[in-house]
Amino acid sequence: MGTAARNGVWGLLLAAAGCGAGPGPDAVLRMSTTTSLDHSGLLEVLLPAFERRHGVRVHVVAVGTGKALKLGENGDVDVVLVHDPESEDRFLAEGHGVARREVMVNDFVLAGPAADPAGVKGLKDAAEAMRRIAAARAVFVSRGDDSGTHKKERALWKAAGVVPRGGWYLEAGQGMGPVLRMAAERRGYCLADRGTLLAARDREDLEVLLEGDPRLLNPYSVIPVHPARHPRARYREARMLAEWLVSAEGQELIGRYTRDGRALFIPSALRSAPR
Amino acid sequence: MEYLWDGLREAAGMLWRLDPEVCSIAWVSLKVTFLSTALAAAAGVPLGAWLAVSQFRGKRVAVGILNALMALPTVVVGLFLYSLLTRRGLLGPLGLLYTVTAMVAGQFLLAVPLVAAMTVGVVQGADPRVIPTARTLGASPWRARLTLMGEVRWGLVAAVLAGFGRVFGEVGVSMMVGGNIRGYTRTLTTAIALQTGRGEFALGLALGIVLLGVALLVNGAVQLVPRGAAGREP
Repeated sequence: MGTAARNGVWGLLLAAAGCGAGPGPDAVLRMSTTTSLDHSGLLEVLLPAFERRHGVRVHVVAVGTGKALKLGENGDVDVVLVHDPESEDRFLAEGHGVARREVMVNDFVLAGPAADPAGVKGLKDAAEAMRRIAAARAVFVSRGDDSGTHKKERALWKAAGVVPRGGWYLEAGQGMGPVLRMAAERRGYCLADRGTLLAARDREDLEVLLEGDPRLLNPYSVIPVHPARHPRARYREARMLAEWLVSAEGQELIGRYTRDGRALFIPSALRSAPR
Repeated sequence: MEYLWDGLREAAGMLWRLDPEVCSIAWVSLKVTFLSTALAAAAGVPLGAWLAVSQFRGKRVAVGILNALMALPTVVVGLFLYSLLTRRGLLGPLGLLYTVTAMVAGQFLLAVPLVAAMTVGVVQGADPRVIPTARTLGASPWRARLTLMGEVRWGLVAAVLAGFGRVFGEVGVSMMVGGNIRGYTRTLTTAIALQTGRGEFALGLALGIVLLGVALLVNGAVQLVPRGAAGREP
């Protein structure tokens, strides 16, 4: 009898006994994550590897960071994988999640039209670039949806000492893909995570104009939903996924993932401890 | 349940203090929907009436297509229009993407099949003796048709209201070709999608309640006012 078959029998027995939380081949883990990560294509490489290793299927709900955390808060998902340290801190402090692990980082870039009307190309200081865009009243498309990317953008405006307002500042209230499309159509600037920018199909008109400012780093963390708050959440499998993501195997897969020959994410778990 | 309660309270608050942001969003919604519904009525009612009274080969096929178009997903209409309006599209040079005009055009495409198909049903369901009777009383063919339309006017109002309902609550077209730009193309439905995406479920529900309230007001106004003014029977 193969292990898979034996696991199957155990899964059935456990399910029959009313404790469906056992990690059988039928176990399904629900994870909410951000649209930007989902669009990068990384999960399509990572999750099948995890499923093969542990026999746990992962269902991904890709939404904005705000909603991803809200789904965790409500117990609609078992684990979240997001990139907004400040909201994560609040999520943990309110007891909705436990044992956050930083998994990887990628970075934001300032994208815009090749013509670069505000003259930001080649700058190293992101805040200075934002100041110039505002001064030139060049079209800037904002996510405007309280996502991790939007929060990063607001932090940059603040650092630039600018309150963006006026006809040049478009608050789209949509995901990264639509915002990139809108920026390309309107020949405007926008802040984008590199993964989605590289993955976007309509990006011929957008160029990376500024990159490499340390303020543009974007850390992703995995947080299992707190089992005390939501006893029916699949905490054991959630921990399994978190541990696997920060394991040598998970980290190596993350580091090896490329798009158009460029790495999108830098695995960072090996230098962070559980908090 | 908690969200429903919070949503109701939030909605009541928004309406009570006439929240300026909500008012402007509702105004954009109403403006776009009224324009598109009016255009859809102007095109769909004559189209439907013509289909109902005329005899030609392939009429059943035409009506069947119209009925099928009622099921068109809003996001597909949005995608279709987007592919026309994008810079690389056929109508790209017009620069209409992410404007109110584009939203009106998309909602018009959504509403026309519904208004026309319902008009076909209404006109076909009318008393078949109306036109011959009017003709024997000396009415011209056009006058007789007008009499028929007068007979079924409440059915036509219902058809137009159905078109209004279809576009007032749609989010696919508005999001795709309007772009949900704050203060410009953000409607009640795209604002609800935004709040839901932010995880602000109560706020989303509150906007949904506002939307329902506005829709009720519009329907109520249409049901009551002309009936009193014009009278039911000639």
